[in-house]
Amino acid sequence: MSVDQATVRRIAHLARIKVNEDDVPHLQGELNAILAFVEELASVNVEGVEPMTSAMPVPMKKRADIVTDGDMADAIVANAPAVEDHFFVVPKVVE
Amino acid sequence: MNTHANPSKLIKGATGDWEVVIGMEIHAQVTSRSKLFSGASTTFGEEPNANVSLVDAAMPGMLPVINEECVAQAVRTGLGLEAKINLRSVFDRKNYFYPDLPQGYQISQYKSPIVGEGVVLVDVSPTEQIEVGIERLHLEQDAGKSLHDQSATDSFVDLNRSGVALMEIVSKPDMRSSDEARAYVSKLRTILRYIGSCDGNMEQGSLRADVNVSVRRPGGPLGTRCEIKNVNSIRFIGQAIEVEARRQIAILEDGGKIDQETRLFDPGRGETRSMRSKEEAHDYRYFPDPDLLPLEFDQGYVDRLAAELPELPDAKKARFIKDYGLPPYDAGVLVADKETADYFEAAVQHGDARRDAKLVANWITGDVAAFANSIGLSVAQTHIKPAQVAGIVDLISDGTISGKIAKDLLAIIVGEEKDGDPRAIVEARGMKQVTDAGAIAGAVDAIIAANPDKVAQAQAKPSMLGWFVGQVMKETGGKANPQAVNELLKAKLGI
Repeated sequence: MSVDQATVRRIAHLARIKVNEDDVPHLQGELNAILAFVEELASVNVEGVEPMTSAMPVPMKKRADIVTDGDMADAIVANAPAVEDHFFVVPKVVE
Repeated sequence: MNTHANPSKLIKGATGDWEVVIGMEIHAQVTSRSKLFSGASTTFGEEPNANVSLVDAAMPGMLPVINEECVAQAVRTGLGLEAKINLRSVFDRKNYFYPDLPQGYQISQYKSPIVGEGVVLVDVSPTEQIEVGIERLHLEQDAGKSLHDQSATDSFVDLNRSGVALMEIVSKPDMRSSDEARAYVSKLRTILRYIGSCDGNMEQGSLRADVNVSVRRPGGPLGTRCEIKNVNSIRFIGQAIEVEARRQIAILEDGGKIDQETRLFDPGRGETRSMRSKEEAHDYRYFPDPDLLPLEFDQGYVDRLAAELPELPDAKKARFIKDYGLPPYDAGVLVADKETADYFEAAVQHGDARRDAKLVANWITGDVAAFANSIGLSVAQTHIKPAQVAGIVDLISDGTISGKIAKDLLAIIVGEEKDGDPRAIVEARGMKQVTDAGAIAGAVDAIIAANPDKVAQAQAKPSMLGWFVGQVMKETGGKANPQAVNELLKAKLGI
């Protein structure tokens, strides 16, 4: 599996990461090198093997339905570049 | 899927008939105290970012832990939809970028949902019932809320809803008109409210619909569909389908083609419009969430939840028909709201007496419901008690008052004597109808004697009888038994 330059631009757009046109060939090379490395996994026969989602064979831990968290709006917005009345303020996202 | 088009549901175009095909994705907010994967509160209307934990804000290193009640609610709902419950399901990440989605992905279920195929029976009209297939139900996180009207240049983001549990309930494309679609949402809402897994409050956004609409020639291949996002009232769902179907038909009849896209309904302008900018980004790159193990439980767990389920609307309706002899339509109207159904039963059974269930139903769905509507409440929320309705019905049934006087009596209970006992009010105010044959006969004779010309007319034209009945009722202050008056007049006038 490998990616072309159009795919590199598309992935960047989906993640809203600005990529200069000059960097595209370079990033394409890096991504393809990673994909080639991972490609080695395809040589393993996994016929009939359930995908493993955890190394530990335990049932998923569940939480009781009680309120134990929250009520810390100051902390939540503490790192935000712009805040007003405890709202995050971001550049307008609708036309 | 039903392939035989019902002629009465078709839309007439310039070049012939069209059939509209509708499927829906309903997002129902799960009733729970805390969020799907965090211990923050789900309370509506709190201060901005007050109900947010570090998990909901997607701070580095935070891990989701599932809320067991949300799982139980999804299973209960699946049982209410007569659906297959999957003992093993998997959470996936649905990736997209938006400022009110701090994780950069929504935790959802893609390939393995918690609930599979089911079915909902929907009463479209007193005489028509349809089956709408359920494709699946899965659990997922809600996103935060963006406010765009606070500033000209900025959007404000509140994450209070971020991480609240939603059930996405996907129907099959089994609906063929806006009426069917509205009836389906109403029925689904009723089921959710009976189960208690969603409060169904559309104003607060607890229930939102994405509506898929396409049109085709009757019996022909399916057309290209458009998805109308986030319609938030049952009335708007109907309107959005109507205008979208018309839009598509106009394009097709002009020789154009439909682009598969996401659209928004604008109730103010009565139109749908494209939201292409979002469409472009539709590549969600789903993959299993490595922070969460598969969700597994055994059949015993499902059986225990099933045993605790309340009586659901279809079962209640069947019981009302069987036990109380109600017509299916009346039973359906009563069970649409659980509190109204309980109110009806309380009224019918009040004081261990047996009374006319149909008459009780008529009063509840008629005059009492009209009063409740007029003040924006449901029947059970009004001050009128089931015992008072029972009292009114008993007074009618034993001939103490007529149906007309009963309306006056209800008006008194609505207004001056809110807690009044109906029989005591009738006694105190002398509202009993006159059944005494002598008294009625006196009034009848007086009217006949005073109106010889009308007597002649009535003998020629028996429909004049109504005028005499009216006069006698007036003479007796509305308290004469109308049936007795009728019979006596007929006898005396010889008609």
